[in-house]
Amino acid sequence: MKTTTLQYKLIMAATGLFLCFFLVIHLLGNLQLLLPAARAQEQFNWYSHLLSGNILIKIISWVLYLSLISHAVYALLITRKSKKANASSYYYDKRKVSSPWSSRNMGILGTIILIFLVIHFKDFWYVYMFTDLPLDAAGNKDLYTIVITTYDQLWYVLVYEVSFLALGFHLLHGFFSASRTLGLYHPKYVKAVKVFGWMYTLLITLGFMAIPLYIHFIK
Amino acid sequence: MMNSKIPEGAINEKWSNYKAKAQLVNPAHRKKLNVIVVGTGLAGASCAASLAEQGYNIQSFCFQDSPRRAHSVAAQGGVNAAKNYKNDGDSVFRMFYDTIKGGDFRSREANVYRLAECSANLIDQAVAQGVPFAREYSGYLNNRSFGGVQVSRTFYARGQTGQQLMLGAYQAFMRQVGKGKIKSHTRHEMLELVVIDGKAKGIIARNLETGALERHVADAVVLATGGYGKVYYLSTLAMGCNSSAIWRAHKKGAYMAGVSWIQFHPTCLPQVGATQSKLTLMSESLRNDGRIWVPKKAGDDRRPNDIPEEERDYYLERRYPTFGNLAPRDIASRAAKERIDAGCGIGPMKNAVCLDFSKAIAEQGKEAIEAKYSNLFTMYLKINGIDAYKEPMLISPAAHFTMGGLWVDYNLMTTIPGLFALGEANFSDHGANRLGANSLLQSCVDGYFIAPYTIPDYLAGELKNAKATIEDPAFIEAENAVRKQLTQFLNTDGHLSADYFHKTIGKLLYDKCGLSRNKENLEQAIIDIAQLRISFEKDLKITGDDTLNSELEKAGRVADYLALAELMCYDALQREESCGAHFREEFQTAEGEALRNDDNFCYVSAWEFKGKNIAPELHKEPLVFEAVKLSVRSYK
Amino acid sequence: MKLHLKIWRQLNAASKGEMIEYEVSEVSEHMSFLEMLDMLNESLIQRGERVIEFDHDCREGICGQCGIMINGRAHGPLTHTTTCQLHMRSFKDGDTIYLEPFRASAFPILRDLKVNRKSFDSIIEAGGYISAAIGQTPEANSIPVSYEASEAAFDSAACIGCGACVATCKNSSAALFTSAKINHLVQLPQGKLEAADRVLSMVSQMDAMGFGNCSNTEACEVECPQDISVLNIGRMNYEYNKALLLRK
Repeated sequence: MKTTTLQYKLIMAATGLFLCFFLVIHLLGNLQLLLPAARAQEQFNWYSHLLSGNILIKIISWVLYLSLISHAVYALLITRKSKKANASSYYYDKRKVSSPWSSRNMGILGTIILIFLVIHFKDFWYVYMFTDLPLDAAGNKDLYTIVITTYDQLWYVLVYEVSFLALGFHLLHGFFSASRTLGLYHPKYVKAVKVFGWMYTLLITLGFMAIPLYIHFIK
Repeated sequence: MMNSKIPEGAINEKWSNYKAKAQLVNPAHRKKLNVIVVGTGLAGASCAASLAEQGYNIQSFCFQDSPRRAHSVAAQGGVNAAKNYKNDGDSVFRMFYDTIKGGDFRSREANVYRLAECSANLIDQAVAQGVPFAREYSGYLNNRSFGGVQVSRTFYARGQTGQQLMLGAYQAFMRQVGKGKIKSHTRHEMLELVVIDGKAKGIIARNLETGALERHVADAVVLATGGYGKVYYLSTLAMGCNSSAIWRAHKKGAYMAGVSWIQFHPTCLPQVGATQSKLTLMSESLRNDGRIWVPKKAGDDRRPNDIPEEERDYYLERRYPTFGNLAPRDIASRAAKERIDAGCGIGPMKNAVCLDFSKAIAEQGKEAIEAKYSNLFTMYLKINGIDAYKEPMLISPAAHFTMGGLWVDYNLMTTIPGLFALGEANFSDHGANRLGANSLLQSCVDGYFIAPYTIPDYLAGELKNAKATIEDPAFIEAENAVRKQLTQFLNTDGHLSADYFHKTIGKLLYDKCGLSRNKENLEQAIIDIAQLRISFEKDLKITGDDTLNSELEKAGRVADYLALAELMCYDALQREESCGAHFREEFQTAEGEALRNDDNFCYVSAWEFKGKNIAPELHKEPLVFEAVKLSVRSYK
Repeated sequence: MKLHLKIWRQLNAASKGEMIEYEVSEVSEHMSFLEMLDMLNESLIQRGERVIEFDHDCREGICGQCGIMINGRAHGPLTHTTTCQLHMRSFKDGDTIYLEPFRASAFPILRDLKVNRKSFDSIIEAGGYISAAIGQTPEANSIPVSYEASEAAFDSAACIGCGACVATCKNSSAALFTSAKINHLVQLPQGKLEAADRVLSMVSQMDAMGFGNCSNTEACEVECPQDISVLNIGRMNYEYNKALLLRK
C-alpha cells in the first residue's frame, strides 16, 4: 500500500506531541531561573549538567532532535502536496473567514519557531556543549550567567517574546490538530482536549514569556 | 389491442409464476451481453447495479456530473412497504388495494399487486445497504402514516428518504463500476434510440463536455429517465429533468400511455415572481400536523396571523371530514386551486393557501414539531425569509409527478422489443394518481426486483442472434439525424431563447392542461402549441457552438417538450371522464367531485407516434379488475 | 436592485481564464442567486454572446450539483447553504459580486463556473459502500440499530457531495467528504464488517485523486450545506489508525 498523506500527518502528530511534552520539562527547568540569584545559579547549573551527562537523557535528546527535524521535514512534504492540490488561487478569496488564523498559518508560525531555534541553539546549546565555559562554585559550567547576561539585551528579549507568541499560536492549533489526527472524535473528549489544550498553551506560553521579562526588568 | 403479457394465476401467484418460468442466461454467457441503462436515479442505478452483479456488462448514462445527483435524491417523505410492523392491519393486499384505489382504478392490477408484494423486500435491501431509516429506541424500524392511507407503512430517513435510498443505490452502482462491470458515462445525454430489425440495439449519446456524438451498441436498452413534469417549466423537478429520452423512443415506435396524468403536489412553495425557475416541494408529511386554510372572504389582504380563527376556512376539513388535511394529493391540490380561483388565495400573488402549525405547536410543543420537520422549516426560512414556527407557511400546488410515460407490459418492456422503461419513465403502477411514498418504492422495485428477472428473460432470446455493430446503417442514420437537429438549432437565426419557449409552453399547459381541463381549452391548446412549434423553428436563438453548451442542451429538450405537450392535450381531450389527477370540468358531480366513467374509459390510452403534424393514434389496453371491485373513490 | 458582477470565464481546462465584468439590473430580493444568473444569461443570448456555464440541477439544495465561489466563499456569504438556496436578499443594491468556480487540482475546470468532480465518485468507488448482494437480504428488523447510531449515521450520510469542503479548504482536502461516507457506514452494524478495508482504500484514493491533506482548519464544516461535523474527520483518522495497527 502506498504511504498516504494521513500517515505523514501521524508522524507530525506524534513528533509534535513529543515536543509538547519536552516543552513542559524545559519550562520546569527554566523556572529555576526565577529563584533568588545565588540559589538559581547553583541549581540551574547543576540541572544543566545533569541533562548533559545522563545516557538516558542523551537518548531522549537524540529523539528530540529527530522529532524536530522530522516535524519540519514532514511539514514541508505535506505542504508541497497541499500546494499541488490547491494549485490555482482564487481571484477574490475570503475563505479565511471560516477558520481561525492560526490554523491557516501553521507554516509561518513554524518557520518563526525554526528561526528562533537556530538562534536559541547557537547561543545556549552550542555554547554549552562545544565551548569552554567558566565553572561555578560547585564545578558545573556556569550557563546561568550566560543566560542572565543574554537577557540583559532588550532586543534579545523582544526576539524571544515574539517567538514565544508564535509558539503559543502554533501550540494552540497543533495540540488539538494532533489529537484529531490521532483519531479523537468523541465530542465529550474532543471538548476536554480543547480545554486542556488551551490551558496547556497558556501555561507554556506565558511561562516561557515570563522568564526573559522577569530577568530583564526585575532581577 | 395491447398485449400486457400478464402471467396466469391468481393475483397473488402471478409474479411467482412468472419468476418460475422466466428464462435464465447461463452465467458464462452473461458477460457477452451488454445492456445500456439511461438514467442513474433509483430505477436506473438499481437496475444497473443488479444486472452488473448478475454478470452483464452495463453502459450507464446520465446528464448530471455524477450518478448520485439524479432527482430521486430530492424525494423527502418516505417509501411505503407492507411490513405491518405497527400491527395496524396492513398487508400486501391492503397496500395493493390502497394503491389501486388511490390511482382511481386506472392502473393494471397485476403490476400493482407485484409492487406491493415486493415492497417489504425493498426495506430489507435498503437496510442491508446501510440506509439510515428512522428507528425506535428499541433499535427496530420506525414508520409513519402518509398522505391518504390509514395504516403506518411509510419508512423514512428524516425528510431525506429519497437522498438516502439514492445514495444506497449509487453506492451499489459505484461498487460495480469499481469491479469494471458498469461503465459510467456522466454528462452524457441520450439523443436517439437506435432500432435494428425492430429491436432496440443502442443509442446515440452526446458527450455534454465535448459535444461529441457517440454511438453505443447493446443487446437491450433500459430507459430510467424519470418524469417529464418539467414540461410545465415551474415544477418541483430539477432543471435538467427532461422527456427527451422517452420522447425520442416514442418517435421510434414506443407507445406513450396516460400522458396527461400529471400529479400536482399540494404542498409546494408558491410562485413569487416572473423569473422564478422552481417551485420547491415541502414534504407532504407536513400535512400530518399542519392544517390548511384560506380566508373565508375573497380578496382578504391581511397577513395570515391577522385573520381571526372564525374567518378562516379549513376547506379540506370542511369538505372531507374523514381524511381532512390528509386527503390524497389530487384532491388536496384541486381543492386548493378551487379556493385560489375563487379569489381566496393568500400571499403577494394571491396564489397560495396557508399551512398552519399553530395548533400542533400548542398541543405538542415546539420541540416535537422541530424534531419532525426542522429541516423543512429551515428550508422554508432560507427560501422565503419567514419563520414558519411563528406564521403559517404559504403553499400552493405544483406539477410534480408524471403517472404517464412509456407504455410497458408486465415485463416493463415497451412496444419496441428490447427497450425497457423503469421508474417514473414508464406509465405503470400509479394509475391516474400516485399515492405519497409510492414513487420511491416503484422506482426501486422496478430496478432491484423486476428488471433483474424480466431483462434476462428477454436477453436469453438474444444470445443466438447476431450482434449489432455501431457501423450498422441504423446507427449512421440516427447519428446524422441528431447532428442535423443540433445544426438546425445553432443555425436558427431567431431572437427568443430556449427558456422563453419553455416558460411559454409551461404556462400554456398549466392554464389549459393542468389541474383541471375542459374540451374548449384543450382544443385551443393544441392549436396554440402548433403555433408555438412553428415559432420555435424560426425564432429560436442559441449562442455558443456545438461543444459544451447548456443552451444547445435546453433547445433539444424544449423541442421535445413542445411535441409532448401536444400529445398531453390529445390524451386529456380524448379521455372524457374525470379520474385521479385528470379532472375534466365537464365531468364532475354536483358537489364538484371527479366523475369517473368506467363504462367507456376503463382502459389505458396508449398513443402511437404517426409523424410530425399528424394526430397520434390511440391504442387501448382494457383494464380488467378481478381482485378488486371498482368503486367510487370517496374521502369524505 | 442593480449589481455589478465579476465572473470567471474560461473556455476549457487548458485555456487561461479571466474575470469579466457584467451588470444586471432589476434584480428582486426574492430571486434566487441562480435565477439572477438565468436573467444574466438571457440578456447575453439577446446580445448574441455565449452564456455563462454554471452547474445546477435540483435548485432545492439536495442534489449537490451547484457550487460557485461567491465573493470568495464557497456557496456564498451564508453558512450551511448551497448556491441554489442563496437568495438575492443576501445582497444589496450596488454590490459587486465575484463569481468563480470551485478551485482544486482534483476539480479541473470544464468551462466558466463548471468543474469536473469525478474524483469524488472515484473515492466512493474505492469502498464507499456495503457489499450487500442485491435481491436476497435478511429481514430488515433482524439487524437492530440503536436510535443513536442510526441518527449519527444519518448525520454523516446527509452529505450531498457538492465539493464546497474542498473548495474552501486551503489544502483542497476531501477529508470531510471522505470521512462522512466512512462514518455513515462504520456507525451501522451492517457497515462495520468492511470498515478496515474501506477506510484504507478510500483514504489512499483520496490521495491518488490529488486532494491535499487535512490540517484541521475546520473551514469545511462552516461552509458545508449539510452541516457535516468535522468530528467525522476525527473518526475517519481513528478508523484509519486502527486499521493500520491491526493490519496483518
